Amino acid sequence: MSAYRFPGAFVCGAALLWAMAVQAAEKPEDNYRTYCVQCHGLQGNGKGINVRDMSVQPRDHTDAEAMAARSDDDLFKVIKEGGVAINKSVLMPAWGDVLNDEEIRGLVAHLRKLCQCTYGSK
Amino acid sequence: MKRRPNLTIRFVAGTALFSVVLTCAAADGEQLLASRCAGCHNLTGPAPATLQALWDRKGPDLFYAGNKYKALWMQQWLQKPTRIRPAGMFYAAHIKPGPKSDEIDDATLDKHPALSPEDAKAVTAVLMQRKSGSDFVTAGAYTPGTISSSTGEMMFDKFRGCLACHEIEPGFGGLSGPEVYTAGARLQEDYLISYLRNPQAWDPKTFMPNKHLSDTDLQKLVHYLRLLSEESER
Repeated sequence: MSAYRFPGAFVCGAALLWAMAVQAAEKPEDNYRTYCVQCHGLQGNGKGINVRDMSVQPRDHTDAEAMAARSDDDLFKVIKEGGVAINKSVLMPAWGDVLNDEEIRGLVAHLRKLCQCTYGSK
Repeated sequence: MKRRPNLTIRFVAGTALFSVVLTCAAADGEQLLASRCAGCHNLTGPAPATLQALWDRKGPDLFYAGNKYKALWMQQWLQKPTRIRPAGMFYAAHIKPGPKSDEIDDATLDKHPALSPEDAKAVTAVLMQRKSGSDFVTAGAYTPGTISSSTGEMMFDKFRGCLACHEIEPGFGGLSGPEVYTAGARLQEDYLISYLRNPQAWDPKTFMPNKHLSDTDLQKLVHYLRLLSEESER
């Protein structure tokens, strides 16, 4: 019997590790809904629930021209390190303590879907 | 000499009676927690580890309530609850697109039930015993001090950007996070220092970012929150 226990334990352990890995990275659209929508809005148009009294308005992620002026590296940096990291507003916080690099890359790709643009495309 | 045994017996009986009363009160509180609070509040931990769990959370986690809330505030608030999070626990579930910007969808928000004075006291007593996360809190971390309203607001808004998500008075500030004009009355200062230093230590998936505040800024921020509460109580 003991000969069969090791493969069984291995399979269970592998399944657990797989489940943990799956759990670690959330979907980009889910991360966007959780962390970005509060300022950038349900439609990604920069009209979130918080904008009423903000001294600097959030970026409209559907603005293809403005978004095409930002490289993917800049978008990655501003999500991870906050607005100040690219000389923008302190109101854009750093999300590097909540999102891992894979999730941030997923969010950059999600932003490119929202703007339907690429860096330098317009 | 004859009175001594009587005194001893009285003392023992009195202590036993006091213990029974305390035990009954605690039992009532726990029963209330189970019957009236557990449906919306996590009383045992851990905090949400996935976004789905975060989205499903209906009320604040209470398994570290004894480290977080001030007992006096809680006992009073439970009798006359007011909305602390303008857009609910998870804002995205309670908003809709509006003509100028996203708006709160009031129809999706529930009111917190009010408790009788006796029930509020019993619930507060048992919640204050829930002290998960004590490792994150340093007793005496906050040193009482003062800050001017203008300096505090400058820091809260321009320098640290907190105003984006939090109201500093009714009708002014962001709406996705809890209002902070009662935070000084509501929350223990040492908890505030700990939470503001590292929100994710308490709540890994929270949409409250870590602002990487210096020790000096943490102290000033708590001075400001206390000042806001004092002003709102006037």
